[in-house]
Amino acid sequence: MFQLSADGKKKVQEYLKRYETKRSAIIPALYIAQQENGGWVSPDVVKHLSEVMELPMTHINEVLTFYTMFNKKPVGRHHIQICTNVSCSMAGGHDLADYLCERLGVVDGEMTKDGRFTISRAECLGSCDTAPVIQINIDDYIENVDKAKLDQLVNQLK
Amino acid sequence: MEVKLLTEHYDKPEFKNIEGYKKHGGYEMLKKAFKMKPKEIIEEVKASGLRGRGGAGFPTGMKWSFLPDNGETRYLLCNADEGEPGTFKDRMMMEKAPHQLIEGMIISAYAVNSTKSYIYIRGEYTQSIRTIEKAIKEAYEAGYLGKNILGSGFSHDMDVYSGAGAYICGEETGLISSLEGKKGQPKLKPPFPAVQGYLEKPTIVNNVETLAAVKYIIRDGAAAYKKYGTEKSAGTKLFSVSGDVVKPGNYEVPLGYSLKDLIEKECGGLKPGRKLKAVIPGGSSAPVLNAEESYRATMDYECLAQMGSMLGSGAVIIIDDSRCMVDLLNVILHFYHHESCGQCTPCREGTGWLEKIVTSIMSGRGRPQDIDLLDTVAQNMKGRTICALSDAAALPTISFVQKFRDEFEYYVREGRSKVTGKQLRRHNNRGHHAEMHH
Ligand SMILES: Cc1cc2nc3c(=O)[nH]c(=O)nc-3n(C[C@H](O)[C@H](O)[C@H](O)COP(=O)(O)O)c2cc1C
Ligand code: SF4
Ligand code: FES
Repeated sequence: MFQLSADGKKKVQEYLKRYETKRSAIIPALYIAQQENGGWVSPDVVKHLSEVMELPMTHINEVLTFYTMFNKKPVGRHHIQICTNVSCSMAGGHDLADYLCERLGVVDGEMTKDGRFTISRAECLGSCDTAPVIQINIDDYIENVDKAKLDQLVNQLK
Repeated sequence: MEVKLLTEHYDKPEFKNIEGYKKHGGYEMLKKAFKMKPKEIIEEVKASGLRGRGGAGFPTGMKWSFLPDNGETRYLLCNADEGEPGTFKDRMMMEKAPHQLIEGMIISAYAVNSTKSYIYIRGEYTQSIRTIEKAIKEAYEAGYLGKNILGSGFSHDMDVYSGAGAYICGEETGLISSLEGKKGQPKLKPPFPAVQGYLEKPTIVNNVETLAAVKYIIRDGAAAYKKYGTEKSAGTKLFSVSGDVVKPGNYEVPLGYSLKDLIEKECGGLKPGRKLKAVIPGGSSAPVLNAEESYRATMDYECLAQMGSMLGSGAVIIIDDSRCMVDLLNVILHFYHHESCGQCTPCREGTGWLEKIVTSIMSGRGRPQDIDLLDTVAQNMKGRTICALSDAAALPTISFVQKFRDEFEYYVREGRSKVTGKQLRRHNNRGHHAEMHH
């Protein structure tokens, strides 16, 4: 059963007080819990948050299901999101995604067997002047990506 | 030529910190604003002709004066959701000039008498969130936020809220729902947020660039600000240019600037040997212009509206003759289908149909009647929904089919692209907001 760490719980409590309504703490709480749960939000995470936050599970599920940055199924340690919106696809975003999927033997959204990677296509990340752009988990963007850069990254990430 | 008001100090790393910002006159305009009456600031903003930079171009001063005078708490929300494909100006401002936004917001909050503001930043922008959070902390420490700011008697609190991946939260009522901790579904207007917004209280929602511009209206005065631009499009505007140009990036030019000059002078022109085919002038929601129109266009609200398109968020996507328009429309439609929140049938079903039809054309299974079908489906999605996302998918579709019909016909006939000679299949496998709902 998922349990927030002491630190995580403290942060969630702070968010509950930070905004006008308790419900506004759901997004930040889901981010914290997702990170502590290995990158995705499982049903027991929702149950636990509901208890800690004293909010009905339906409220938490409403948020969880609406927003794409919360993963509803397990993802690899490195969730590589490749932008394939207009400017990035013009700069080869789709080709990069196809290439990486093939190299890792997965389809979009699928996790590699060793649990290292999940590859997804993302919508415009707001960095179209440095297309194509990727984001790994929720870290800073990696810009002007090409196959060589992607290969290098994949080799480095354990 | 660029005219740098908002972007003047972007190249100075120190501008990010409060000390560096103050060295360049930072927070002096807040002092100046406190010497004015709130009503005078609203009048000044009205007189400046400033229009919202988030997409709809609504006059800012007028929006502010819609607030009811009933003594209720008022909220100011800064829309930093920046999801319109092609747009990257707000992120750059938050990362390079966070205090400029904060100062513009405090002045605006004082003008509309709001005690609390939020900057709603899209969740992917982790760097912007960090930078803005740090800057807000600095502003509190320096006494520009909090109780009785600089002895003015005006108190204001400011905070950041992070989204979590949903384009629709950029729509102002969707943003409000999201900030309230709910799914970010838009609501029917009226009531407008100015009357009933966040937590049912009067709320002003403005874009990052709009709020930052207020600082320069206070600095230079409405008349000086209005000197830039055209009659109906006052001031400077940030254009995020991407696609097939040599130097993509953010450029600040006066409204009314020639699109040809923007491409050729600011962005270094097209890539060698390439010809212009089309331009999407205001984010992917804006109908496409063909080359002839693009070379005639000026970047202001009137001209682009007259050409059947719009200035939108100021995202300019340049498309050269190596691009397949069928493929680009497919990318755009996939986006709108993915982002439709699913509340309205014409939008939920329509975006799905449009994507399906173009995907089928691209896989060589297109039928001649599909081209008119695209237009028919799109026509039926217009003006019948809670928010403008449905139109944002329909209008570009109509324009692509109308202006580049030959490419669609060729694809249907030959089963491959007229431009690349190839058949392209896209492996898109993501869920849709509408389908994820219970
Ligand atoms: C589907 C949709 C998405 C939108 N996304 C954004 C956005 O990301 N940023 C933004 O400032 N405005 C966005 N808008 C416009 C807002 O609803 C609103 O008009 C704007 O934030 C008002 O600020 P302004 O008057 O300063 O432009 C969007 C509108 C729609 C219909
Ligand atoms: S138009 Fe589309 S996105 Fe907007 S409220 Fe209706 S279904 Fe949702
Ligand atoms: S299209 Fe990829 S960052 Fe905008």
